[in-house]
Amino acid sequence: MSELGGFYAVWYREFKVFWREKSRIVSSIVSPLLWLTIFGGGLGSQTSLGSVGYQAFIFPGVLAMSITMTSIFFGTYIVWDKKIDFMKSVLVAPMSRTTMFLGKVVGGATDALIQSTILILLGVLFGITYTLQSILTAYLFLFLITVATVSIGLIIGSFMESPEGFGLISSFLVFPMVFLSGAFYPLDNLPQWLAVATTIDPLTYGVDGLRGAIIGTSHNSFLFNLTILSAFCIAAIAAGTVAFNRMKL
Amino acid sequence: MEDVIRVENLTKKFEKLIAVDGITFQIKQGEVFGLLGPNGAGKTTVLHMLATLLKPTDGTAVVNGFDIKKHPNKVRESIGMVFQDPSSDDILTGYENLKLHALMYGVPRDVREKKISEVLELVDLADRKNDLVKKYSGGMRRRLEIARGLLHNPKILFLDEPTLGLDPQTREHMWEYIEKLVKEQNVTIIITTHYMEEADRLCDRIAIIDYGKVVVMDSPGKLKKALGGDIIKIAMKNPDAGKAKKLDFVKNSKVVDGSLVLTVADAGKNIQQILKVVGDVDSVEMRSPTLNDVFLHYTGREFREQTPEGGIMNRIMSLEARR
Repeated sequence: MSELGGFYAVWYREFKVFWREKSRIVSSIVSPLLWLTIFGGGLGSQTSLGSVGYQAFIFPGVLAMSITMTSIFFGTYIVWDKKIDFMKSVLVAPMSRTTMFLGKVVGGATDALIQSTILILLGVLFGITYTLQSILTAYLFLFLITVATVSIGLIIGSFMESPEGFGLISSFLVFPMVFLSGAFYPLDNLPQWLAVATTIDPLTYGVDGLRGAIIGTSHNSFLFNLTILSAFCIAAIAAGTVAFNRMKL
Repeated sequence: MEDVIRVENLTKKFEKLIAVDGITFQIKQGEVFGLLGPNGAGKTTVLHMLATLLKPTDGTAVVNGFDIKKHPNKVRESIGMVFQDPSSDDILTGYENLKLHALMYGVPRDVREKKISEVLELVDLADRKNDLVKKYSGGMRRRLEIARGLLHNPKILFLDEPTLGLDPQTREHMWEYIEKLVKEQNVTIIITTHYMEEADRLCDRIAIIDYGKVVVMDSPGKLKKALGGDIIKIAMKNPDAGKAKKLDFVKNSKVVDGSLVLTVADAGKNIQQILKVVGDVDSVEMRSPTLNDVFLHYTGREFREQTPEGGIMNRIMSLEARR
């Protein structure tokens, strides 16, 4: 009975803290905007990709990048929880580690989706037009991306003792994931080695799915992207559950 | 009365170090039981095993009728735990922290608010409940932890060094709260401490733990009585434990930190004779025995109060976590 309450409790706490720390929201919006305006604007003056401008082309990529970074970084809070002993007080409560993990995932996903919403709204400034269908599809992909990457962040956090260690490990993961995902370039006509690398990167399917939803062009089919990303998501949740059940104080 | 906690041969090994070495004891309903010992003695490890945060290497314990190995969730439902270091989220308010824990413990919705106000009242935090915990003083935080531990009406409350690092006034308050709890809520309490006067005041029974073993276990009064007399401490140039030992009313004679420490029956009457025997003295101090003397007697070491950072145990815990 307390599992549901526990799930809500973990989520409630994450949400409250997120809402109270407004700086988290602001900082997570600034960097994608810089990418869009400066990087996108600079390169966009030379390049155009098919029917859309470069800024519009990378908009889904920047969206995916920002939600991935926020989500993985969310794992650092669990390292802090361990440090301030909050974690012990949660672990001594009569609820399962799995519930605790799922509450954290949904809490992190909520934070990340709120940030994405702000970016989606700002997308209008970069020439993006939305329909109800494109918005709903975009949220489906954003949801899958954030659940998968929050899980990864939490897995890393469950093994780490220090926030510094977390930062080191996570940046080794985040940057390859983002740069290989085709967030900033089209997936057609890539050199062989890069094509292989992008195929392996699960985020590729998130970026491509988002691009298909938001600007209507994609490399893979909607269903293919959805399938691969969902599989990745389930695998990440499963691994996270195991990691939490094995976590020591 | 029945035993609410039965500990049998409880053992915990960290790599090569034996932190808890085959401890056995029972605690009755409504009893305040103290685990005493220097930092690193294994007190917190015992509590963590009883609270199912650590798995015992050997042996087991039954808490409120549930085996800690077989039914950890049932055990956790039965206990409230107050940790050594404050473990509330300081970005949340006191009220929010309590709500969070009420949810995690499955306190039914219809009694939740009532229960929260009740425990806030008990620890005198009702008027500060909407302040962020980071604005609380150390004593207030500790009180919030206690309130949190009581939210789900646990039958057993674990207090791990509840007054560590608090000033004397706040400590006095905490003791009053704990006494009030025992009287009004009839909870069974296990308290770990290395403050002898705390154990003396609060505990019905204490177990002195050293190097992971129970050295002695009884009520504070009996333990002091068992020493067989008063304590006379003599500061002098060349203390010699042997000379005084020959007198038959001297129960025990030791040299501690350059002073001669004697346990003497009828000290007031016999002191003159002692002074004749030991030679030139600088100063003499005579008093009733304290738990500190009990500790000294059983371990041969002075019981020093140490820094809040629990040296060796913390290091072991972090080693454990890193694997």
